Amino acid sequence: MTVIIRRPPRARPHRPVWEEPPTRIGQALKATLLTLLVLGVLFPLWVVLVTSLSSRQAIADAGGLVVVPKGIDTSAYATIFAGGAVTRALWISTLVTVCGTAIALTVTVLAAYGLSRPGTVGHRWLLAYFLIPFLVYPPLVPRYLVVTGLGLKDTIWALVLPSAISVFNLVVVRGFFQGIPQELLDSARIDGASDFRTLGRIVLPLSRAVIAVVGLFYAVSYWNVWFDALLFIDRNDMYPIQRVLQSYLLAGQAPHTSGAASGVTMPPTEAIKMAVVVLTVAPIVAVYPFIQRHFIKGVLIGAVKG
Amino acid sequence: MSEPAVAVGPERARPDEPAPPARRRPPRRRRVPLGSRLRRDWQLLAMVTPGFLVLLIFSYLPIAGNVIAFQDYNPYLGDNPWQAFTHSNWIGFGQFQLLFDDPAFWDAFRNTLAITAFQLVFFFPLPILLAVMLHNLLSSRLRGLVQTVVYLPHFFSWVLVISFFVAMLGGAGLLAQTMRDAGMQPWNVMTNPDTFIVLVTAEAVWKDVGWGTIVFLAALSTIDQSLYEAAAADGAGRWRRLWHITLPGLRPVIVLLLILRLGDALSVGFEQFLLQRDAVGRQAAEVLDTFVYHFSIATGNYGYGAAAGLFKAVVGLVLILAANRVAHLLGERGIYSKS
Repeated sequence: MTVIIRRPPRARPHRPVWEEPPTRIGQALKATLLTLLVLGVLFPLWVVLVTSLSSRQAIADAGGLVVVPKGIDTSAYATIFAGGAVTRALWISTLVTVCGTAIALTVTVLAAYGLSRPGTVGHRWLLAYFLIPFLVYPPLVPRYLVVTGLGLKDTIWALVLPSAISVFNLVVVRGFFQGIPQELLDSARIDGASDFRTLGRIVLPLSRAVIAVVGLFYAVSYWNVWFDALLFIDRNDMYPIQRVLQSYLLAGQAPHTSGAASGVTMPPTEAIKMAVVVLTVAPIVAVYPFIQRHFIKGVLIGAVKG
Repeated sequence: MSEPAVAVGPERARPDEPAPPARRRPPRRRRVPLGSRLRRDWQLLAMVTPGFLVLLIFSYLPIAGNVIAFQDYNPYLGDNPWQAFTHSNWIGFGQFQLLFDDPAFWDAFRNTLAITAFQLVFFFPLPILLAVMLHNLLSSRLRGLVQTVVYLPHFFSWVLVISFFVAMLGGAGLLAQTMRDAGMQPWNVMTNPDTFIVLVTAEAVWKDVGWGTIVFLAALSTIDQSLYEAAAADGAGRWRRLWHITLPGLRPVIVLLLILRLGDALSVGFEQFLLQRDAVGRQAAEVLDTFVYHFSIATGNYGYGAAAGLFKAVVGLVLILAANRVAHLLGERGIYSKS
């Protein structure tokens, strides 16, 4: 009697017949290495998260950072969100990220499309113009003088505008646009569509993946902005989150929160510090899985010439 | 996707290259007079304008602004930097003379080169090894999981990365805590200038080793599988196949990234060092980029900082051109080539 075994939907890949089976030691070594690697990334995140959610007692018992959670205590987050420097910094960073990403994506997509057709007026010159900043970075001191000279100091525009186009992202998007079949664009043109309309109605809907990836790159770089804030933002109440994180964790400044004076028992400093770290990582970890499957494709379009 | 190479710079700037077939406007259209070409293309030109302006103001204007390296730039000579610039004295190469006589500058220079060399040996090969290992994993699910995890730190800011390291290895960190519990004298790796070079390399590895594998994984996936089969049939074992097929397959990418790294030998990362400079001390943690910052904006001596920055930029450009030339001599494609 034959037994019909239903195969799982995705067949396990088979080792090619010519390849020798792995040795026991080799396999163990590989497994150890990969486990260490994954733990090496995840363990610090875990410790920081657990400590931020620990009570005063748990932190005192552990002597600082907590590895094994004992109950959950969200008072550190409650204190932070009661208002104060961190809440404000989170708003500023959100504002910078949203405005910055929108502006940078618009500028990049338009320029990428405008540069994706060889044969247009001045094409070579324009392309060289856009690619040279890849090799020659704007020098620090004159850049500082230009931005302050434009009166952008202590405004969010100082964080948004100077990085509103990244040549790398431009090359990625342009590479993708050039891969769109020419017949599609031709047919749009024959139907009388202008270049703007072609871009909006045909090219953009086809490019969602690459735009998501490049948008993620911009969003992350705006969320992570630290040095530009050090240069251009002097007012404490305009600090983005990275600047606040730096002052708490690296410059050893004690987190001052609004509830400090009111006599309520404050959550431990350690928990508050770690909660600030968690709040800085959270948006990145949150968007990452949605875009992760696209980005290799996106990066390789720009990076690998086929 | 036959021959992978990171296309940086003007690769695609040569539209007369045979690569992209059937572009919409073949070269013979060049005969069309400029006026009608403008009428035809004005929308595309309009699209390019915002990016053009951003680069003009925030890249090209600062690059031109390098000329203050030849000035005794005094920010108080006017109400804005432009006035100050027009009123400042031109002093030729004076700033550069001061710079080359400054022992702090040479300290920073030495530190930078030492860190570059150290990272070439202890960081550069790691993504290659990891990529080969990941590529050989049979289970695509496991591979995807590992990739997802190791790419993640690339998206963290340096402030975050160093915060994690402080939490793990700092004076009040987990390591020190564990050592105290065990009755040992705790280390504080984060403030030790002697081990600083190892520390920054470890941080760079933690942040970017996963990300670095992407290019190599792409190159690995283009290696013809039948080569491995043929080699195995001829009796080549696992290691010989690695040596004679995998590594040669990766060679163009490795050479390319080496060139880029050598061309960037004077940049070892900026925020990473600026953030740790105070904890570790200038002697170990000052690199050229932080030198420029500390001796210009932090102290108001703009012309001096601009001179240091310009020196670094010029040497960097020479290095990358030289590295590219060497790659061509070795028969590799390099970053760009004269077609």
